[in-house]
Amino acid sequence: MKKHSVLKKVYMAVIILFLYAPILTLMVLSFNEGRTMGKWTGFSLHWYEDMFADEDIMDALKNTVIIALVSAVVSTVIGTLFCLALPRLNSKMRSVFLALNNIPLLNADIVTGLSLMLMFVAFGITLSMGTVILAHITFCIPYVVLSVRPKVRQLGMTHYEAALDLGATPWVAFFKVVLPELRSGIFSGFLMAFTMSVDDFIVTHFTRGAGINTLSTMIYGQVRIGIRPTVYALSTIVFVVVFILLIASNVISGKSATVKARRKAES
Amino acid sequence: MNKRSFTAPYIIWIIGGTLIPLAMMFYYGLTDESGTWTLQNILAIFEPGNLRALWKSLLYSAACTVVCLLLSYPIALILRNVKRAKGVIVFIFLLPMWVNFLLRTMAWQVLLEKGGVINGILSWIGLPKARLINTPGAIIMGMVYDFLPFMLLPINNVLSKVPNSLTEAAYDLGASKAQVITKVLLPLSVPGIVSGITMVFVPALTTFVISNMLGGGKILLIGNIIEQEFTVGDNWNLGAGLSIVMMIFILVSMAFIAKFDKKGEGLA
Amino acid sequence: MSSTLVELEHISKSYGSKLIIDDLSLTIHENEFVTLLGPSGCGKTTTLRIIGGFEMPDSGRVLFEGRDITNTPPNHRNLNTVFQKYALFPNMTIAENIAFGLRISKKSKQYIDDKIKYALKLVNMEDFADRSVDSISGGQQQRVAIARAIVNEPKLLLLDEPLGALDLKLRQEMQYELIRLKNELGITFIYVTHDQEEALTMSDTVVVMNQGYIQQMGTPESIYNEPENAFVAAFIGDSNIIPGFMVQDKLVDILGVRFDCVDSGFGTNTPVDVVIRPEDVILGKPGEGRMDGRVTHIIFKGVHYEMEVMAGGFEWLVQSTVGHPVGEEVSISVDPFNIQIMNKPASEDEEAIKLDE
Repeated sequence: MKKHSVLKKVYMAVIILFLYAPILTLMVLSFNEGRTMGKWTGFSLHWYEDMFADEDIMDALKNTVIIALVSAVVSTVIGTLFCLALPRLNSKMRSVFLALNNIPLLNADIVTGLSLMLMFVAFGITLSMGTVILAHITFCIPYVVLSVRPKVRQLGMTHYEAALDLGATPWVAFFKVVLPELRSGIFSGFLMAFTMSVDDFIVTHFTRGAGINTLSTMIYGQVRIGIRPTVYALSTIVFVVVFILLIASNVISGKSATVKARRKAES
Repeated sequence: MNKRSFTAPYIIWIIGGTLIPLAMMFYYGLTDESGTWTLQNILAIFEPGNLRALWKSLLYSAACTVVCLLLSYPIALILRNVKRAKGVIVFIFLLPMWVNFLLRTMAWQVLLEKGGVINGILSWIGLPKARLINTPGAIIMGMVYDFLPFMLLPINNVLSKVPNSLTEAAYDLGASKAQVITKVLLPLSVPGIVSGITMVFVPALTTFVISNMLGGGKILLIGNIIEQEFTVGDNWNLGAGLSIVMMIFILVSMAFIAKFDKKGEGLA
Repeated sequence: MSSTLVELEHISKSYGSKLIIDDLSLTIHENEFVTLLGPSGCGKTTTLRIIGGFEMPDSGRVLFEGRDITNTPPNHRNLNTVFQKYALFPNMTIAENIAFGLRISKKSKQYIDDKIKYALKLVNMEDFADRSVDSISGGQQQRVAIARAIVNEPKLLLLDEPLGALDLKLRQEMQYELIRLKNELGITFIYVTHDQEEALTMSDTVVVMNQGYIQQMGTPESIYNEPENAFVAAFIGDSNIIPGFMVQDKLVDILGVRFDCVDSGFGTNTPVDVVIRPEDVILGKPGEGRMDGRVTHIIFKGVHYEMEVMAGGFEWLVQSTVGHPVGEEVSISVDPFNIQIMNKPASEDEEAIKLDE
């Protein structure tokens, strides 16, 4: 028994080390004075200063955030509307739509990106930041549908009908009853869409216009000429921000979960 | 409320963002530059260079999938029995997924490079430098690193839903710990394993980023060939034709998932 | 009584700071039908799981046929369990489920096939061998779970609220089935339930538990007729539990009125709790009984009327085949042997038990 649990802990530790070693290495190197990767030459913050002064990086950061925000908002709206309408469709239509929903999810990013590019070019649409956003919305919608749909199914029509029965207008019933119940699903769909957009490289790579960089494409561009340690500084900041956001959202959702559990226990 | 018209934007997007682009891909793949129908772009897969790239892609992505499965399954089994702070531990395993994919791959470059961290450590303790980067091993390892969570997540989802009473019933009926795994947990986690396999295999098969960054552009996978046709080579018809060939493999794995994961347990 | 099969010796178990079982000792004989009865959280399921090997006690020993099995894993114990939600393997057919244990112990194919047939016949499910688990009803799943356990010929069958998920009619049917099965198979049953009627109907011995203690143990009749404390009295059936004091042997003061009773040995002028079952309260014309009162509620229950009578400042629960309308003046009397005297709770723990209810 005891021996097994030690073995398990060692195994978990090795895997966690494997997962975190590269990230931690980047973090440590971002504080390295020199720019050689294999050698520690002293502590310094100058890569951080350089990073904030680097217009390319700041530009890419700004683009990444804009693209992610716009495509997450639009895909959340479209995906949520679709989920709300789904119960009204007959089962044949529904299964067709849900199968279509799986295409961007399961398809290879390279195919998604290339086919979108081919379409843009064929229709004479100049590749720009706009085309990147359109492409991102395409692959974000399925994630929104995936996280909102279970909530809609859980809710059913009874809440909405009960509200109507109690004299609410359809709009009031929707905003006061339906939407609050779907909030957590919509929020996690939004978050998922945002993350997928930030993380994307391949689709962006094929659909972006000249001179437009996101963090991913900027890093990819640097790979050939050699990555500068300013990017390590950037990745450290990204990791820390992501970590804080995730902890915060977990704490929030954890709290609401306990509130919910308590409410259930009381009822 | 709940009007059917709410589906309109979605339908427009599915048509404009998925169906038309895919149709374009097929149109390009099945025509030549002058627009006449041809199969030569598809048959181009049988040219030695392309065939070798496809073979390598299949080999590496299969290796990556197997390694991911072998690494993930024990983790999911261990996680099943974790009682305290399970959420935190799962979170630890998934956190790296939220770090930009390019940054993660780049990190391995930094570690494996000739003048990189691992070689720095090796020479510091007096060992000879090793050639780590630009090898098939480096590429497969990069794939494993990037896609491991895609395997762990669905398996963990399915395994954690197997009620304890089932494993207890198996023990109760005389099964040993190993038999509980092989006779109960493994068969019940097939949907998760299948989604995991698909979710790792497809991106690994089609990647060009990992092979580019950790293979130094010397090892060409099918993804690299396609990307080059579109960016450097400028033969879009050929690139589209090879993409169609690649999609056949994706379709096969999608059919695979549909057969074994009917309830969509792995994806949710 | 036949020979001892299972002994629990001073078992204690807690989860974190919550004490679930406190120094529990229990002896179970061969071929006995023992029911652990109590409200949820009383420790009955944990006790069963300790016998099954799914939980380790913090202290104490479990003996099986005289052998210490406290540290024996469940797969090496000669007993089988029927789980609360059946726990059938969804990836196997009914027949494969039943064959599971036999295949593990490497029985011959012929033997396994015979056993499957025999077990399915025993639970009246002959035609279901090749069906899948999710194609049959809850009651049928229950039968399969029982068949799966008994084909291994265990000495002891543990049943954890096996009928809890079934509707009333099916539950009653299954109660008779279980009794029949036990008699046919001649093995020992330990049965966990929170349903007092189920416990009284089926068991040879009922063990009433609360807060990790055994409150009372005995035949269904003795548990019902002679509850030893207020918890048992309140938990088993309806009863009037009235504070009073023993004036002397065989004489008790209830609400200022003296009643003859049959209990002795409580000393003189000792505060006690008095238990009187509602069906034992006799209503008569005013002045004819021990005390007078007025009917405040009445409902018709089918077999009898249930009334509440305000008398001596206490609301008496009364069951009678003769109804009296609300407001009618009545008298109350009780036969001496229907008055059950209990000690007042000695500790705060026991007091807490009462509040819990």
